[in-house]
Amino acid sequence: MIAYIQGNQARILSDLGQHVWLSLLPVLVGVVLALPAGYLTVRYRWLYQPVVNLGGILYSVPSLALFVVIPAIIPVGTLSPLNIVVALSVYSFALLARTVADALISVQGETTWAAAAMGFRPLRQLFGVELPMALPVMMAGLRVATVSNISLVSVGAIIGVGGLGDLFTRGLQLSYLAPIIVGIVLSVLLAAVCDSGIVLVQRWLTPWTRAGAR
Amino acid sequence: MPAPVVPMLNYFAYLFDGGHWSLAGEGIPDRLLQHIAYTLVTLAISAVIALPVGLFIGHTNRGAFLAINIGNAGRSLPTFGLLSLMVVLVGIGTLPVIVALVVLAVPPILASTYAGLRSVDRSAVDAAIGMGMRPIQVLFRAEVPMALPLIVSGLRSALLQVCATATVAAYVGLGGLGRLLIDGLSTNDYPQVFAGAVLVAVLAVLLDLLSAAVERAVVSPGVRERSVRRTRWRRARPDPTNEDAPTSPVGISG
Repeated sequence: MIAYIQGNQARILSDLGQHVWLSLLPVLVGVVLALPAGYLTVRYRWLYQPVVNLGGILYSVPSLALFVVIPAIIPVGTLSPLNIVVALSVYSFALLARTVADALISVQGETTWAAAAMGFRPLRQLFGVELPMALPVMMAGLRVATVSNISLVSVGAIIGVGGLGDLFTRGLQLSYLAPIIVGIVLSVLLAAVCDSGIVLVQRWLTPWTRAGAR
Repeated sequence: MPAPVVPMLNYFAYLFDGGHWSLAGEGIPDRLLQHIAYTLVTLAISAVIALPVGLFIGHTNRGAFLAINIGNAGRSLPTFGLLSLMVVLVGIGTLPVIVALVVLAVPPILASTYAGLRSVDRSAVDAAIGMGMRPIQVLFRAEVPMALPLIVSGLRSALLQVCATATVAAYVGLGGLGRLLIDGLSTNDYPQVFAGAVLVAVLAVLLDLLSAAVERAVVSPGVRERSVRRTRWRRARPDPTNEDAPTSPVGISG
């Protein structure tokens, strides 16, 4: 095992690097798209149900199917890393749009009225009151999206682009455990690190949630 | 590198070829049935393992640490890595693949069963005890019916997980719709790959809709009504006690 790691250090590191951006870039795209989409469903309530239903349908499509159908719909090559990024962005968006909508809706009511009564204009109310109050729920969704993306990327190895999944296909071809175990351990560790990172950012952004505990 | 421009019709050549739909041999119907069989068998095995454990932990609150963490750990396990591990350890075959699928399906069921039981209103449980119910009656006549929405949602996400991973498992020799994908990829038969992808996507969506219907059928109308009313209250009527309150939130519509 140790011999394998020493002998293949460069390859393992480049797989890990690819895994990181293949999984995190889609989360970023998902957030950027889901924030306005979630906001629109709160502003125009009739949009809520269609967005939730569409998200549910997109989310239930198996990843391998998405990886091969996307190149038929938009002009990316099946073997292009961009294909994986688009597919995982679809999942992240499907999950996060609903989370953002639910989080913003849960803030409505007394809180927004109080803000309006204090003279907050709509834009300032959105950024100063509603988004911060909705953060804990949105961050929970972000954690789920990030962790599941990290575990999904390796499926891409079947079509040739899969970060640490590359170690799994190699292990299978050689009937050799070491790369598979290294891949699993690194993937789980990466998920744990990103998950803790989000938790730390959330603690830093929402100090009031801990005020009562003192 | 832009993809070669292929007329849309070519993609469907395999899917809409009647010959591939013949009931004899390894046609599409055969693959479809295999896929459904693998998915349901795996889900049944996982439920038999995860439901009792989840109910025990949720009812007694012993081992809560395990139930909470197994859900997170399960989500971060790379599905393809686990399949590869099982196959290299045990060898190619249906059994190691089913074991790997069960390992992936147990955490969501276990975690949400636990979360469901914990979400039950304590005063309802106390009332059940006060009415003289024995612990087993409290569990099955008070806690489980009220926890059912969450328990079923755990089963539904496990179902989707298994259906998707069974597709990936064709790479290590499992039958089912994944065969069309994997065999098509290895022979560059893109219409076959596309047919497999479309079929498995449609199957997953149908399974999800079907399980939503089952959820409607098994969850008590009382429990369902309550959660519906709670969300409606938040969405449409911000404060029912205040008749003068604006019907839409001020800041958002302003």
